Amino acid sequence: MLGGAMMAFISAIGIIRLPDVFTRSHAGTKSSTLAVLLTLMGAFIYFAANQGFYSVRLLLGIAFVFLTAPVAGHVIIRAAYRANVKMADTTVEDELKDVMDKVREEAKKERSESGEVIIEDEKVSDKEHS
Amino acid sequence: MFDTVMIIALSALSIALVLLFIRIIIGPSTQDRILALDAIGVLLVGFIGILMILQDTSVFSDIVLVLTILGFVGTLTLSKFLERGVVIDRDD
Repeated sequence: MLGGAMMAFISAIGIIRLPDVFTRSHAGTKSSTLAVLLTLMGAFIYFAANQGFYSVRLLLGIAFVFLTAPVAGHVIIRAAYRANVKMADTTVEDELKDVMDKVREEAKKERSESGEVIIEDEKVSDKEHS
Repeated sequence: MFDTVMIIALSALSIALVLLFIRIIIGPSTQDRILALDAIGVLLVGFIGILMILQDTSVFSDIVLVLTILGFVGTLTLSKFLERGVVIDRDD
């Protein structure tokens, strides 16, 4: 349990210190998930050893946190990438950008071949990210 | 002895909570704030785990489940709103 709490502390420091959203989520999701897993496992072991009471609800909670916390992090970061949140200045690689540009170009070509009017899809980049 | 360890753990969690609140206040983008709120929701589950041990009762274990589910749904809703502009899609 102390390990879990320390892990949460480290995770919060990471969330404060790291330069952009993506690295922050890297700190936030993984280590705080591990923190809660350790803490709940400590509570489970405590009740099992002290009172002989095996709490199924705590085990369910552990499993649920383990399943949902990475998914939540993934969804937030996908929203951040779609909203064109700036990465840190030290970023050198952006492979997903090339792929997305290529997909957009192909869609445009297909549309122009089928005779449609090309309308630039600027909805994504217009979104405010203040 | 055991109580001391619990108090230390609670203090560490509280400091972490304060740091996350600072991130919510200064966060440059909305996604930063959602991320910090999600982390706070996960952290509160840890709080409840330690409080259960400290008070020697197991009646709070429902709250662990409810809090994880609510935090997950809230995070999904917010980020879907940021990504698509609507929360619930319509077919028409």
